[in-house]
Amino acid sequence: MTKNLRVKTSKFIDETYKVSFKFNGTTYYGYKGDTLASALLANDIHLVGRSFKYHRPRGIMTAGSEEPNAIVQLHNNTSRTEPNVRATEIEIYEGLEASSQNCWPSVNFDIGGINNFLSPVLPAGFYYKTFMWPASFWEKYEYFIRKSAGLGKSPTVPDPDIYEHKYIHCDVLVVGAGISGIIAAKTAAKNGFKTLLLDEKSYLGGSTIYQNSENFKISNQISSSWLEKEINEIKKIENLEIKTRTSVAAFHGYNFLLARENLTDHLPLDQRKNKTRHRLLKIRAKKVIMATGSLERPLIFDNNDRPGILLSSAIEKYANLFGVACGERNVLFTNNDSAYETAISLFQKGINIEAIVDNREEIDSKLIKETEKNNIKVYKGYTVVDTTGYKRINKISIMQLSKDGQKVMGSKVSITCDCLGISGGWTPAVHLFTQSGGKLKFRDEDQVFIPDKYPSDQISIGSCNGDFTLNEILSSIPNKLKDFLNIKKTDYENLEVYSSFNKSKRNIWLLPSDKLIGKTKPFVDYQNDATAKDIKLALREGFRSIEHVKRYTTTGMGTDQGKLGNMHALGIISETAGSKMGELGTTTFRPPYTPLTFGTIVGRNVGEYFDIFRKTPIHDWHVKNKAKFENVGQWKRAWYYPKDGEDMHEAVQRESKAARDSAGILDASTLGKIDIQGTDASEFLNRVYTNAWSKLAIGKCRYGLMLNEDGMVYDDGVTTRLDENHYIMTTTTGGAATVLGKLEDYLQTEWPELDVYLTSVTDHYATVSVCGPNSKKIVSQVIPDLDFSDENFPHMSFKNAKIGKIKCRVMRISFTGEHSYEINVQANYGKSVWEKCIEAGKEFNITPYGTETMHLLRAEKGFIIVGQDTDATMTPIDLQMDWIVSKKKYDFIGKRSLYRSDTIKEDRKQLVGLLTENPDDVLEEGAQIVADMNKSPVEMLGHVTSSYYSPNLKKSIALGVVRGGKNMMGQKLIIPMENKQINVTVADPVFLDKENKRLNA
Amino acid sequence: MFIINCPYCGEREQSEFKAGGEAHIIRPKQPTELSDDQWAEYLFMRKNIKGVQFERWVHTHGCRKWFNVVRDTSNDVIKAVYKMGEKPPTK
Ligand SMILES: [Zn+2]
Repeated sequence: MTKNLRVKTSKFIDETYKVSFKFNGTTYYGYKGDTLASALLANDIHLVGRSFKYHRPRGIMTAGSEEPNAIVQLHNNTSRTEPNVRATEIEIYEGLEASSQNCWPSVNFDIGGINNFLSPVLPAGFYYKTFMWPASFWEKYEYFIRKSAGLGKSPTVPDPDIYEHKYIHCDVLVVGAGISGIIAAKTAAKNGFKTLLLDEKSYLGGSTIYQNSENFKISNQISSSWLEKEINEIKKIENLEIKTRTSVAAFHGYNFLLARENLTDHLPLDQRKNKTRHRLLKIRAKKVIMATGSLERPLIFDNNDRPGILLSSAIEKYANLFGVACGERNVLFTNNDSAYETAISLFQKGINIEAIVDNREEIDSKLIKETEKNNIKVYKGYTVVDTTGYKRINKISIMQLSKDGQKVMGSKVSITCDCLGISGGWTPAVHLFTQSGGKLKFRDEDQVFIPDKYPSDQISIGSCNGDFTLNEILSSIPNKLKDFLNIKKTDYENLEVYSSFNKSKRNIWLLPSDKLIGKTKPFVDYQNDATAKDIKLALREGFRSIEHVKRYTTTGMGTDQGKLGNMHALGIISETAGSKMGELGTTTFRPPYTPLTFGTIVGRNVGEYFDIFRKTPIHDWHVKNKAKFENVGQWKRAWYYPKDGEDMHEAVQRESKAARDSAGILDASTLGKIDIQGTDASEFLNRVYTNAWSKLAIGKCRYGLMLNEDGMVYDDGVTTRLDENHYIMTTTTGGAATVLGKLEDYLQTEWPELDVYLTSVTDHYATVSVCGPNSKKIVSQVIPDLDFSDENFPHMSFKNAKIGKIKCRVMRISFTGEHSYEINVQANYGKSVWEKCIEAGKEFNITPYGTETMHLLRAEKGFIIVGQDTDATMTPIDLQMDWIVSKKKYDFIGKRSLYRSDTIKEDRKQLVGLLTENPDDVLEEGAQIVADMNKSPVEMLGHVTSSYYSPNLKKSIALGVVRGGKNMMGQKLIIPMENKQINVTVADPVFLDKENKRLNA
Repeated sequence: MFIINCPYCGEREQSEFKAGGEAHIIRPKQPTELSDDQWAEYLFMRKNIKGVQFERWVHTHGCRKWFNVVRDTSNDVIKAVYKMGEKPPTK
C-alpha cells in the first residue's frame, strides 16, 4: 500500500545504507542522509500532525528549521523523549522512533478535530474572552484546554545525556554556509583572519549546492559544481573552523552570539554513549558576517494548510537533495519565478507537473519559456481560491485575478493534484540581525525588510540582505567584503555569472476569494492556527499595534515564531488599517532562533554542580558524625547532629541543653572574616559601625552593627583589635561578600584619603567555638600554655596562642550567652583542632551543635540574626538596640537616616519578645500578629521572626516585630492560625540570664 | 553581554563586573546639617536615562576597583571609562 517516491539517486543520500525507523508505531525505511521528513515523503506520508487549535490535519510544509507543522515527539515514554522536534531537521538514524503530537487518540482519528467544525465559535481571542470569567472557573477550563491543546509531552525522568558550554573567540564569524557564507569565510580566512563558519544543516553550500540546472552558471560551470570546488578548498584552510549542525540561537550586543552545536542527534542510539550531545557555543567575534539566507513565503488563500501543500522551494529540495518526489500529480502556485526553478528540477527528475498557477499576468522570463517548452500548462493571472482533501490535498480550484488583484472573476477551474507547491517570494532571514539591535528598512519594490543600520561591527550579505539572484549576490559581495575586512582584493572579482531568474513578482498578501472572508480559512500562522480572518477581527476590535495584534491572535507565537507568516500578518494589517508597511514596524524576534533543549542551556551545571557550594575545613567530620546540613549562602553548614533516630526537634533540644549544662562545640568557620589594616583603620571602623571604636584597646573585641545609608541594619559581628593599626572584622555568614564590597566601595569612592587595606580572609581560618560552663576547662587542656584566668583573659578579649606549633587566635566572645571561646587557626589545621577539643571535652560530654541549636541559644538571649529578625526595614532603634548607637560620633553610615520623619515614628515595627499563654505552644515563624480579631479588616501588627521551644527555660519563646511593640510590654496579642488562635504576651526579648552572669560562670 | 574596558585591567566580559548606579553623587560631608528633604535627595533620587548615562561600575571578579562608565543605555555602547576622582569627559 505504501508507495516508494524515491526518484533518482542523489549524492547526498547513501542508498547503500538503509535505515529503519518508526513513525506512529509503524516501521519504515529511509537512507542515511535523509531527514525524518524526506524519509516520510519517500514513503508517501504527508500527514504528520494536527494543528494546535482546530486540530486540522497538517503535513510537512518546508524542508528546514522554519517548519511550523511537522513537529514530532521523539522516543515517547523514554528518558530521551523530546517534544517539538522538527521532522524537517532531524536526520534519521537506526532506531529512531517518532510520533505525532497534539492529537488523541491518533493522527488519523483525532477527537479535537471537532474544533475545526466549531471554528466559527473559536475566533481570535476566544480563549481570552471566554475563559477569563468567572475567575474561579479557570481551574476547570484549564484542565480541558491543557488536555486538548499542548504541544508534546515533557520527559519525566532526568536527562541521561551530556551537555557542555564552550567559549570561542574569533576574528570573523560567518553565520550560514550558503554560497555567500562560503565566499565570505574563504576570503576572511585567506586574509589571515581567524574565522569560524557555522551552519545549522549537516552539509555546506545552502540551496546552491543542489542546484543542478544549466540556468545558473558561474564561470561557465553549473553553480553547484563551482561551489563544490570552493567548499573543497575552504576545508583545507587552517585558520578556518567549520561547524555544521550548529544553529545560532542568539545574537547579542558587542558581537556576542550563542550557538548550539548538535553532536550526536544524528547518530544511532548505541553510538551516543559518553559523548556530548549538544554544546552551547558562547562566541565573541570581532566581526560578524551574516549570511543567513532567506525563507520562502507561503501564499495566503482559503484552505492553504492541507497535507500535501508545501513551499515550492521545499519540493525542489526534496527532489534535488533527497531524491524524493512529494507527489505524483504536482501543481505549483506562485507569484514569482522561483516556482519555475522547481518545475525544471522536477521535470529533469521525471516528476510529473500538472500545471503552474501564476498570479502574474504578463511575464517574460527565460525560466518560464523553458517550462512551457516542456509542455507544462501555465495559468497566468490566476489564483487558487480553494483546496479540498481532508488528510491530503486532492484538488484545487483556481480563478482569474482582477487587474487590481482585489477580486477574482470568470469561472472556476478545478485541477486534480496530490501535491501543491506554493511560492510567495522570499523573506530575508533578518531575525538574528534584529536581535543584535539592527534596524530594518522596508523595500517597496519587492516588499521585503532588509538590514539598514548595523549596531556592531557586522554586515549582512547575500539573500539575507535582500540580494536574491546569483547575479546580485556575486556582484555585490566582493566590494562589501573588501570594505568590511579592509582588504585590497578577493578571488571573486568580475566572475562571469549566468542566471535566467527574473525578479518580477506580484505581491498580494491575502489572495482574494469568491467567498466572504468569514467563510474562509486562509492560514497565516500554521502552528497557532491564526487566519487572516482573525487578524482582520483583531483590527475591527480596535487593536492597532502589531505587538498587540500578535498577542491577541497568537500570530507568530508558536515554537517557529511565525517564520513563514509574520510578513503576511504585517501586510494584511497594513492593508486593512490603511497604513504603510515600512511605518508599521515588525514584531520582535526573540532568541532563540530555533528552540534549544534545556540540557543545552544548563550544560554541566546539573546535579551537585547546579549551584556550587562551599565546605568548611571541618566538613568531613560533620559528615562522618551524621550531621544534617543547611544551606547558608553558598555554604553547607552543619544544621544538627541527630543521634539514635532523633528527629530535628529532639536533637536540637538535647544539643541546646548540653551547651548550657556543660559544653557545646560549633563550627563557626563560615563567618565572614575581613582583615583590616592601616593607620586609619580605627577611623574607618568609626565611620562604618554605629558605635565608637577609637578607644577599643589592643587585644579587645567589640560587637558592631552596620547600617545602610538609609539607616536600616545591614550586618553585624564582632571585631577585634589585634594591634594598633590592625583589626579583624567578622561578618554574618551570608553577608561576608557584600559587606566587603560595601566597605571597599566607601573606601575607594567616598573616603579615598583614608589609609586602610581590606583583605577577605574568610577561607584562611577555621573557627572552632566552644561554649558552656565547662568550656574553659576544655580549651585550657587544648592550649595549656595560655593563662585562661578571668583576670588575664576576660570576656570580649583576645589572645595569640599556640597549640603545639600551630599558631592560633583565641577570642573570648559569646553568641550563646555562655562562657565561650573561639579558636581561629589556619584553615588546614581546623579539623585537627576541632578533634582535639572533642577529645578534651569527652569527660564533659562536649556536644557538637549545629546552626539550629545556635539559633535557639541566641534567641534565649534575645540576640538578633540579621536577615531573620531584620529585613532591611529595621533600624537599631526598632530593634531596641539604642545602646549601640553612638550619640557622640559626628557621622557614620546611616546616621542621618535615623532621624528622618519616617524612622522616628513611634508606630514602626519594633522587635519584642513573645511568650505564649500555653508554654507548650510553639509559634510558627512568619505567623501574623494581631490585637483585635473583631475589627474588619483585621489589622496586621507584625509577624513572628524567630520561634523555638527552649529546653533550658522549659517554655516556648519567640521574637517578633510588632507595630509600636516597644510600648506594649505585658500586653496580650493574638497569633491567628488556621485552626486556632494562640494568645501571646509581649515580653522583653531577653529571656534568659538578663544579668549576663553565665558569661563569667 | 557587553565588554567593559576596566581602566586597570583592560577589556573584560560584563559578567566580571557589577553596576553601582548613577555616578558623581557625592556623599554629603555634613549629613547632620541637611534637612530631611536634602538628605532624601542624596539618598533616593536617581536618574534613569534612556541615552547617555554616567554610571559607577566595579570590577568585582577582577581588580575590585570602582570606576566610572559613560554608557548609552539605549544600545549599551560605552562611550568612555575613567577612574574614580577623574573628571568626566566633556564629549
Ligand atoms: Zn579591573
